Amino acid sequence: MASETTGHIVKSFEVELKHLSALLTEMGGLVESEVALACEAVLSRDAAAATAAVETDPKVDSLERDVEQFVIRLLALRQPFAQDLRQVVMSLKITGDLERIGDYAANVAKRSIVLNQYSLPFSLTGLAHMSRLVQENLKTVIDAVGESDADKAVEVWRSDESVDEIYNALFRELITYMMEDPRNITPCTHLLFIAKNLERIGDHATNVAETVYYAVKGEPLSGTRPKGDTSAYAVVRPRGE
Amino acid sequence: MSTTMVETVEKAGIGPMTARSDAALHPARISIRGLDFFYGTNKALKSISLDLPEKQVTGMIGPSGCGKSTLLRVLNRMYDLYPNQRAIGEVLMDGENIIAPGMDLNQLRSRVGMVFQKPTPFPMSIYDNIAFGVKLHERLSKSAMDERVEWSLSRAALWEEVKDRLNASATGLSGGQQQRLCIARTIATRPEVILLDEPTSALDPISTLKIEELIDELKHEFTIAIVTHNMQQAARCADQVAFFFIGELIEAGPAAQMFTSPRQKRTQEYITGRFG
Repeated sequence: MASETTGHIVKSFEVELKHLSALLTEMGGLVESEVALACEAVLSRDAAAATAAVETDPKVDSLERDVEQFVIRLLALRQPFAQDLRQVVMSLKITGDLERIGDYAANVAKRSIVLNQYSLPFSLTGLAHMSRLVQENLKTVIDAVGESDADKAVEVWRSDESVDEIYNALFRELITYMMEDPRNITPCTHLLFIAKNLERIGDHATNVAETVYYAVKGEPLSGTRPKGDTSAYAVVRPRGE
Repeated sequence: MSTTMVETVEKAGIGPMTARSDAALHPARISIRGLDFFYGTNKALKSISLDLPEKQVTGMIGPSGCGKSTLLRVLNRMYDLYPNQRAIGEVLMDGENIIAPGMDLNQLRSRVGMVFQKPTPFPMSIYDNIAFGVKLHERLSKSAMDERVEWSLSRAALWEEVKDRLNASATGLSGGQQQRLCIARTIATRPEVILLDEPTSALDPISTLKIEELIDELKHEFTIAIVTHNMQQAARCADQVAFFFIGELIEAGPAAQMFTSPRQKRTQEYITGRFG
């Protein structure tokens, strides 16, 4: 989140803020590719992609620690104010969300390995659609972080609703498969978790969007976010009831 | 710009950040309206409008020469001591314009006390430093004066350190103690407003913190205005912060808002160290 105004009188502080921004961008890029690999692993039944995703996660964790340490150092030594303060503190929040996204991606990748042991008598079109949308949102929000772009952040914030809607549809679809044939229960349960993980990735991407917006504008992204996850209330009644 | 602090506070309206400086709970003790100030022909303050809320700390920040100390000097008419300096406009205290001619300056200065950058103890005993100003305004018995001296020194968090040597020379005190003595001397006349002009810039960090703690205590009884170049100090001490630049009041608002999300670009650039 580089600042758009004039530079600091103390140039080394400027350099440090740029370094912080670079760390976040690097972490964002890594998380983006981890999620892409995890989705690839599920949709193309690609075990190599799954392994690559799982192996990326420790690097993401290590970058999170780097960002944390750097933020604490900046707070102690620079005592930033206003936009600088917001950037530094918000970087700390963003790094936490990105780390969590990495964890979900690793979980998706691990489940894909189990899933490969089952033949699936149905297509994964819904999941493919969901993963595409989540990845788009993630990419946009990471760009928003790198470019301090509040408009892009708002875009992501608004579009999370469609992720939730696809998730609901998928939830019902998978329950139907399980009811049709109990042999589908194991793979479908894993698919449900995978879908839920992707949905959570979408939620963390909106968290990042809210954080970026505040860091740039100095005021919270107001209004209630459109939310569409109603799966907690969904019921599919067995036939005959 | 002539936004008043009250207006700015009301406009800010952002949740917990306004908690420390609710304009309704703290009516203006001093209201500055359209104030211009001149050093000869040089206009040092341009149409300043600002409220100092009662029993609140107002921090004044800005680069050197921005007019913040000048404003402080207007508030107790310190400028009257110098030729060719004049103020135009209104500085209202209890509805009375204190910069109008005919104002009783001795009385005004007992109501609006001032502490300077460098500690300035009088070359006399600790006791007499406090009693000196009081004697100008009040005739107190020996015991009443003793009480007043103890009250002032206690309020200034100095009593415990000096109570056994009240007759010793004040110049023997440390810098931090001297500054607290000056604060004690200022509050001894029981003013309503205390003006602090960079009160800690000549002090070590511990003495500085003691003064800051003192300011926190004193604001329960007095209205305080502090000029400081130390941004962290303004953030720590002030309920409201006013940012001045080349004689203009650029922005005023609750400290928490001013240091997290200032509204004006120039405020932002100044407090983040991008110009100055």
